Amino acid sequence: MPETPLELSVSLWRGTEVGHYETYVVPQRDSQTVLDVVTFVQRHIDPSLSYRFACRVGVCGSCAMTVNGRPRWTCRTLVSKVAGGGHVEIGPLENLAVIKDLTTDMEQFFRKWQQAKGVFTPTKTRQDAIGQIRPDNPARIVADAGIECINCGVCYAACDTVRWSSGYLGPAALTRAWTLVNDERDGGNAARLQAVAASGGCHACHSHQSCQELCPQALNPTASIAGLKRRTVAAYLKGEIKA
Amino acid sequence: MNVRLYVWQRLTAALMVPLVLVHIAVIFYATRQGMTAADILARTRGSLVWASFYGIFVAAAAIHASIGVRTVLSEWLPLTDRRAGLATIVFGLLLAALGLRAVAAVVLS
Repeated sequence: MPETPLELSVSLWRGTEVGHYETYVVPQRDSQTVLDVVTFVQRHIDPSLSYRFACRVGVCGSCAMTVNGRPRWTCRTLVSKVAGGGHVEIGPLENLAVIKDLTTDMEQFFRKWQQAKGVFTPTKTRQDAIGQIRPDNPARIVADAGIECINCGVCYAACDTVRWSSGYLGPAALTRAWTLVNDERDGGNAARLQAVAASGGCHACHSHQSCQELCPQALNPTASIAGLKRRTVAAYLKGEIKA
Repeated sequence: MNVRLYVWQRLTAALMVPLVLVHIAVIFYATRQGMTAADILARTRGSLVWASFYGIFVAAAAIHASIGVRTVLSEWLPLTDRRAGLATIVFGLLLAALGLRAVAAVVLS
């Protein structure tokens, strides 16, 4: 008698801001990721399911979703780690508008990067010699600590302050700002510190540390934001920025 | 919260640390010594030191608490920054008035 294949019950969000969870049964496999499960449903059960992914190896940051109540990068999250009792509930990221099903609108997430002056401001031209930055330089070590952000939005979805205050820039944008504040090659710090010291900036953070706990890259946005708080207070007291 | 409010809230918190410790020590001293209200008032009335101590304490508490309440209001109610600010200025002035009234009651003879 052939062995019955193991099955997994998966509930997926269907709809936009208004919708419902729909439950599907998919085969359970070894080393199966949450993204594998979503892909199986889309390819074999309901091709109208919308979701976003690209690299499937934890580099692009496209595939973050809410898995059993927590934001996660689905391509590197094993079903065996999160499926309690053979069931997984997968929804769109929180704190972002839902376009359809599991796809969120990341526009405000990236707009806040711009608001936090997350763009590198060069101080040299292509005619200048390339600046030499030693890897053991203290500022470079601090910048390196936050440089591996993949913009997946997990920290933004996990943040209570974003949930309560839609104007808050959020952990990812502020971590990016802190990385540039510590980049010796960058010349945009006056405007950047002014931007992150305003209402909705780094001082709105309550240090709940959900961002740190759930960041798939094991970054510590709370520490970056604390660094920005110290740096902006010093700049304010010196009269370099205004409230 | 912006950097100005953040600085004010942290400065007033730092200021209140020694004030709270002295305040608690005074409470312990007064109760351990079995002092009556009349005994306490005899020491506080006309005292510039106690007037300054609790006057500063009231001002710091009013500023610190109103900035915190402003954050709570702006996160939990659909208020603009300006309206939350105005509401908490009123709250801060109320705290300061009540506190200074209490200080006046124990230091003015």
